[in-house]
Amino acid sequence: MSIVTVILSRAFKAFVTLLAIAVLNFCLLHAAPGDPAVVLAGEAGAADEQMIEQLRERFGLDQPFHVQLGKYVGSVLTLDLGYSFRQGAPVAQLIAERLPATLLLTLTAFVISLVLGIAFGVAASARVGKASDSLLTTLALLFYATPLYWAALMAVLIFSVWLGWLPGFGYETVGAGYTGLARAFDIAKHLVLPALTLGLFFMAVYMRMTRASMLEVSQLDFVKTAKAKGLSGPAIRRRHILRNAILPVVTLAGLQAGQLVGGAVLTETVFAWPGIGRLMFESLAARDYNTILGVFLVSAAMVILFNIVTDIVYRLVDPRIGAKA
Amino acid sequence: MWKRFSSNIGAMLGVVLLLAVIAVAIFAPIIFSHTPWQMVQRPFLTPFTMDGLPLGTDTLGRDVASQLAYGARVSLLVGLVSTLVALLIGVPLGALAGFYGNWVDEGAMRFTEFFQTIPNFALAIVLVAIFEPTLASITIAIAIVSWPPVARLVRAEVMSVRKREFVDAARLAGLSRPRILLTQVLPNTVSPIIVMASLMVATAILLESSLSFLGLGDPNAMSWGYMIGAARTVIRSAWWLSFFPGIAIVLTVLALNLIGEGLNDALNPHLSRKGKA
Repeated sequence: MSIVTVILSRAFKAFVTLLAIAVLNFCLLHAAPGDPAVVLAGEAGAADEQMIEQLRERFGLDQPFHVQLGKYVGSVLTLDLGYSFRQGAPVAQLIAERLPATLLLTLTAFVISLVLGIAFGVAASARVGKASDSLLTTLALLFYATPLYWAALMAVLIFSVWLGWLPGFGYETVGAGYTGLARAFDIAKHLVLPALTLGLFFMAVYMRMTRASMLEVSQLDFVKTAKAKGLSGPAIRRRHILRNAILPVVTLAGLQAGQLVGGAVLTETVFAWPGIGRLMFESLAARDYNTILGVFLVSAAMVILFNIVTDIVYRLVDPRIGAKA
Repeated sequence: MWKRFSSNIGAMLGVVLLLAVIAVAIFAPIIFSHTPWQMVQRPFLTPFTMDGLPLGTDTLGRDVASQLAYGARVSLLVGLVSTLVALLIGVPLGALAGFYGNWVDEGAMRFTEFFQTIPNFALAIVLVAIFEPTLASITIAIAIVSWPPVARLVRAEVMSVRKREFVDAARLAGLSRPRILLTQVLPNTVSPIIVMASLMVATAILLESSLSFLGLGDPNAMSWGYMIGAARTVIRSAWWLSFFPGIAIVLTVLALNLIGEGLNDALNPHLSRKGKA
C-alpha cells in the first residue's frame, strides 16, 4: 500500500468515526434527564419560555427522531457545534480560539514524555539490576500511580509558591505587553510546569516500555553477532538494539494520544491554561452541554489526527510496515 | 504460585498497603466518632497541632483524617464495582469475537476500536455530566471507558486457546459450541484477566478521583478527588488539604499496581523471566 492510499483509507475511517461520535452526542443530549430544549439552553443560560420555543423550532425538537438526528449531524458536518448561551458565542468559535493553547500544551508534553521516557528507559536497561536501574524503575512506578492533577498542584506549590522559579498560572504574563521573542520566552516559561506534569505519567509508561523492549531485543541473535564483531556496548545499544526496541514504544505512544488529550482537561484546570480542557471544565459547572459535547468531539478529532500522524511517521521510519500491509 | 507471589517483596508490600486501606475503609465509623461532614474545630487547623485531629481541618473546620478514611470507601467501592462491570462487558464480547470469528469478530472489533479511539477521560466526563454525578453513574461511566482492553485481551486469548488439541477433543466428544466456550476455553483465559483486572481497579480509582476533582463526584459521598478539588484554590495557605488525599491515592494505586505486577509474574512466569533477564 502506498502512503497515499494509507492516508485516504485512514481519512475515510476518521470521517466515519467522527460521524459516529456526532450520533453518540445527539443520543446523549436526548438521554439527559429533562426537556432537550432546556438541556441545550443550559441551566445557567437565561432560558425563558420564548427562547426555549425558538430552540425547539431551530433544532426541530417537535419533529420525528430521525429528522432531528439528520439535522444535528448535518450541522456538525458544517462545523456548526451549536451556541453556548453561557458564554454568549458559537461553540465552534470558542473552541477555535482556545485550540492553539491546547495543541501547544499536548504536543510539548507528548514530545517531552517520549524523549525523556525513551532516554530513561535506555539508561535503566543499560544498568539493569544495579542501584540506578532500581531507582529509575521505582520512580516510574511512583509517577505511574500519581494522579495528574495532584502532581500539577504539588508542582505549583513547590516551584511556584515556595521557590518562585516558574509561573504556576496562565498562558502568559497578563498586561506585560511582550512581543516577538520576549513573548515566546514568556509563554515558554508558563508552559514548563503544565507540560512537565502532563508528560510525567506518560513518561513513566514509555520508560517502562522502553526498558522491557530493550531487554527483550538484547536477547536476540543479531545482538550476539554485533558483540562477536567486537562492537562496544554503547554502539550496540544505540545502533542495533534501540532501533528495533523503539518501534513498540512509538506504537504505544500513538495509542496513548487519547489519554494525553483527556489529561489536558485536568492540567489546564490546575494551571488556568486557556485551552479547550479549561473550557470544558468551565462548562461543567454551568451545565453548558453544547460546549461540553463540542469539546468532546474536537478532542476525539485531535486524537484521530494524532493517530494518523504517528502512523505515517511510523511507516516512514520503518519501511518494513509498508511492505507488510 | 502463591510461593512465587509471596517471595516478591513489591507484591507483598502492595498487599500490606491495600489491606491497611481496606481496614481503614471498613472501620472508619468506629475510628471516628464524627462523620466527615461535621464541623469539629475552627477551619484551617494546621496538622499535628491538636490531639485527636492529627491531619488538621479543612476550609469548613471538618476533620481531614476522617474525610480520608471515608474517602477510602468511595475509592475502593467505585474501583472494584466499575472493574466488575467492565469485565461483564468486555469478557463476553471478546470471547464471542475470538471464538466465533468471521462477522461476529469483525463487528465486535469495530465496536471496540470505536470506543478505543474516543479519548476515554473526556467520554467519562461527558457521561457523568449528562447523567448527573451519583456513585452509580460514575461507576458505569468508568466501566464504559475501561472495557475495550479487556475485550481485546480475551479475544486474543480465546483465539489462541480454541486451536489447542483439548478443544478438538471436546468437540469430538460431542460438546456443543457454547458449552466448549464456557467450560473449556474461557477457564483457560482466567489468569491474564485477573492480572488485567487488578491493574484496572487502580486505573478506575485514578479516574474516579479525577472526576471528583473536577466537581463530578457524588455530592453525598466524601472522596479523595473532591477533597483535592475543594482545596485547590487555597493551596497557598493550606497545602495539607491537597497533600494528604493525594498521598492516599498514590499509595492505594501503587499498592494495586504492585499486586498486579506480582500476580503477572506469578501467573505467567515465562513472560516475567524474559523481562528480567
